[in-house]
Amino acid sequence: METIKLTIDNKIVEVQKGTTINKAARQSGIDIPVLCYMELHDMNIENKPAGCRICVVEVLGRRNLAPSCATKCEEGMVVKTHTTMVLNARRTVMEFILSDHPKDCLICPKSGTCELQAMAQRLGIKEIPGQEIAAMSTYRKDTSPSIIRDLDKCIMCRRCEMMCNEVQTVGALSAVNRGFMAIVAPAFEQNLEHSTCTYCGQCVAVCHTGALTEVDHTPDVLRALADPTKTVIVQTAPAVRVALGEEFGMEP
Amino acid sequence: MGTTLREVIFEIGGGIQYGKKFKAAQTGGPSGGCLTEKHLDLPIDFDNLIAAGSMMGSGGLIVLDEDDCMVSVAKYFLDFTVEESCGKCAPCRIGNKRLHELLEHITKGKGTMADLDRLRNMSIVIKDTSLCGLVQSSPNPVLSTLDNFHDEYVAHVTTKKCPAGQCRDLMEYFIISANCVGCTACARVCPVNAITGERKEPHLINPSICIKCGACMEKCKFDAIIIQ
Repeated sequence: METIKLTIDNKIVEVQKGTTINKAARQSGIDIPVLCYMELHDMNIENKPAGCRICVVEVLGRRNLAPSCATKCEEGMVVKTHTTMVLNARRTVMEFILSDHPKDCLICPKSGTCELQAMAQRLGIKEIPGQEIAAMSTYRKDTSPSIIRDLDKCIMCRRCEMMCNEVQTVGALSAVNRGFMAIVAPAFEQNLEHSTCTYCGQCVAVCHTGALTEVDHTPDVLRALADPTKTVIVQTAPAVRVALGEEFGMEP
Repeated sequence: MGTTLREVIFEIGGGIQYGKKFKAAQTGGPSGGCLTEKHLDLPIDFDNLIAAGSMMGSGGLIVLDEDDCMVSVAKYFLDFTVEESCGKCAPCRIGNKRLHELLEHITKGKGTMADLDRLRNMSIVIKDTSLCGLVQSSPNPVLSTLDNFHDEYVAHVTTKKCPAGQCRDLMEYFIISANCVGCTACARVCPVNAITGERKEPHLINPSICIKCGACMEKCKFDAIIIQ
C-alpha cells in the first residue's frame, strides 16, 4: 500500500494514501474533536456528511479551513489542528449549534450521556452570545409506540439517516426541508408510525442528543410488579441482554 | 472589461437619479461586496474587483445613493442567502440566520459596539468553515460594509440613528412649527390618530403612537414634516 508523508502540528506523519486528516492525526496521538462523524469499524461504514464543521483544521495554502473528517491527506501537506483561528472557529460554530438547541438539559432523557453536552464542555462553552435574539427552529413532537422524536434537539449530524438507510436499509429517514428548517424525518414529515419504520431503534442508539429517545415503560413495569394479583416472571429478550451488558460496560 | 465604474454609472447609466449623491456600488450579486467613491475610477475586471473586496460574480451592479442605509443593504443580501441555504452545514444553516438576526437587531437600534465585533467574527468564521461556495462568500456584504461604512454601523449602535434615514425604528417624524399652517390635513390622514393640534395652529406628532407610515409627510403641502 502506498504511503504519504505530511506534517501535523509540526510532527511528520506517515499514513496510507487515502487516509483522512482526522485519522492521520489520531494515529499520531492528536485528538481533533468530531461531532457529526461516526465510524462503524466492523461494517466499514462511515457517517461523514461534514456538516457540523467542528473538526475543522488549518491546511497551509488553503484559503479556508478544512473539515478533517472528510479531507484526505496529501503528500507534503502541512496541517495545524489547534491554532487560535481553528479554536475560535470551532467555538463559534459550536455556539451556532447550541443557539438552536433547547436548554432543558436538566430534564432531558439524554442528560449525562449527551454527546453535544460533552462537546460543549470540551470546547469550554459557558455562554451563548446573542441567545436572547436567536430564533429556534421548532417542530412537531412525534411519539410512536417505541420512539419519541423531539426534533427541536436535532443537530443535523444525520447519523440516524445513515443508520436507517445504509445499515438497516429501512429507508424511513432522510433530510427534509431547506435552510434553517432542515431536519431528518420520514417522507412528507409524516409520523414514524405512518412511515416504513420498523422500530429497530438503531437511530436512537446513534443519536447525539435527546432528539431520538425510547419510550420509557419503567413506570408501567413498576406498577405491574407491585400488583399483588399478578404473578411476576422475568424474561429478557436477546437485544435487552445486550443492552444490559452494555450498561455494565461489557464487550459485545 | 477595463471600463471604470464611473464610466458605467455616470456616463452609460446617466448618473444618479434626482441629483442625489453616490454612496456605494454593489457588484457581483448577493455574494459580492460594496465599493465606495474611492473605487469609482477602478477599471472593472475580475482581479481588480477581488482586490477591492468585491467580485465580478453574476456581473450584477447595484448603485446606491445617499438615501440607502448600508446596514439594511447587508441585511437585504443576507436575506437571500438565508433563503437559499440548503441546511447541510451548521455555519450556513444557523450562522447566516444569526448574522441576519443581529443585523435586524442593529437596524432596530438595539445593537451595541460589542455586536459589531461579533458581526465581524461570525462573518469570518462562516466564510472559513462553511461547506460550499455560496456561504464562503455570503458574509461579503456584511464584511465590506463593515469595512467601508463603519461609521454608519457605529451611528446605528451608539447614537441609535440611521444616517440614511431608512431604518424605520430609528427615525422620528417631526413637525416644524414654523412651517405648519394648521390645515389639519396630516391629522386627518394619520391612520393611528397620532397627530393633534387646533385648526390654524401648529400640529404635534406623538412619537409613542406614530407608526412611521409616512402618510402625513406625503400629504403635507408645506414641507412642515421632516424625518429626524
